[in-house]
Amino acid sequence: MSLKPKSNIELIKNGMFGENTIFRMAISLCPSIAVTNGMKNGVALGISVVFVQTMVNMTISLMRKFIHPKIRIPIFMLVIAGYVTIIDLLMATYARPIYKEIGLYIQIIVAFASIFARAEVFASKNKVFSSMCDGFGMGLGFLLAMIVISFFRELLGKGALFGIPIVSGSPLLIMILPAGGFLAVGLLMGFFNWIDMRFFGGKGASGV
Amino acid sequence: MTIDFVKLFQLIVSSALINNFVFTMFLGLCIFFGVSKKMETAVGMSITFTMVMVVSAALSWVVYQFIMIPLQLTFLKIIVFIGIVAAFVQSADTIMKKVSPTMYYKLGVYLALITTNCIIIAVPLKNAGEHYNFFESMAFALGSGIGFGLALIIMASIREKLEVADVPRPFKGLPISFILAGLIALAFTGFSGLIKL
Repeated sequence: MSLKPKSNIELIKNGMFGENTIFRMAISLCPSIAVTNGMKNGVALGISVVFVQTMVNMTISLMRKFIHPKIRIPIFMLVIAGYVTIIDLLMATYARPIYKEIGLYIQIIVAFASIFARAEVFASKNKVFSSMCDGFGMGLGFLLAMIVISFFRELLGKGALFGIPIVSGSPLLIMILPAGGFLAVGLLMGFFNWIDMRFFGGKGASGV
Repeated sequence: MTIDFVKLFQLIVSSALINNFVFTMFLGLCIFFGVSKKMETAVGMSITFTMVMVVSAALSWVVYQFIMIPLQLTFLKIIVFIGIVAAFVQSADTIMKKVSPTMYYKLGVYLALITTNCIIIAVPLKNAGEHYNFFESMAFALGSGIGFGLALIIMASIREKLEVADVPRPFKGLPISFILAGLIALAFTGFSGLIKL
């Protein structure tokens, strides 16, 4: 990507669709299944990731001239952990009910491959503002994926959205069970691959 | 401190089977899908992973109990634990390279990957959250390692067969593996309620 500089809007779009963390790159999958049994949780985690990713990219980009390449990994880790702690403490104070359910996964953001990868690949080589745009786009891509997955899972599994019942009748319980998460992500991934192949002539990028 | 062996055994079984990290808590998926393509890598990864898990859980427990609680620094636990894991993995890497090059050649690749595994940070965090004592934390770490290894080996043995199966093109690779994992997870829900802690 460092070969030809992209405009900031292109960077955001790239993060959202071209290199969507979950459906395209297939990294940072753990929380995508764990917290997507309801829209509320999915959106909360997605927003936290947007925040952490943007701030981490900004910080790394600001510090990129001072970080010695040999010790960059621990430094990146510490920067990420710092921002994760901020969001962890904020959520614990102001969003207590959600935090009780997804607190562990908020803390796990620290081990997200996508955040680390963007710091390494993009932010450590680019200017501050474009790094922020890149991080923001990547975060939005993650948020989008979380919304899509949790939309289907909550609608099918509970017949509700954001906890508000929409469809009556007996829902498909399996969709909110752990197993349903895997099934939902697998089916959606296959679906996006199919769209990509059918209409855009792609090769189905998420197939490893 | 008395050791309650029944409780320890229950912890191992429950963290390996009932609350299996991969299938009921969805942690460590990146590695789970990454290295479960071949049986050989799956076995190597599970061995390395279990060892690193137990040692880093022990280190984190000591630091948490004897440094962080007395100094009231528990809010820094994310930073400290990830630091401990990263430092331990880095040093294990260096020591193994010097002491046993053959072992390094076999398992070194997995060491580098482990830092990005969510389970490795989730176990110390959970140990701290549940106030486990030293032996309980060890049992929990061991059980989680075994559970992860089990999941990895089951998955790898199925995926090896999947290579020759006729899968619809959009589903080739990851999507079908996800659906597969979903089915295994469904089987693992059969373990729930086996032991009540």
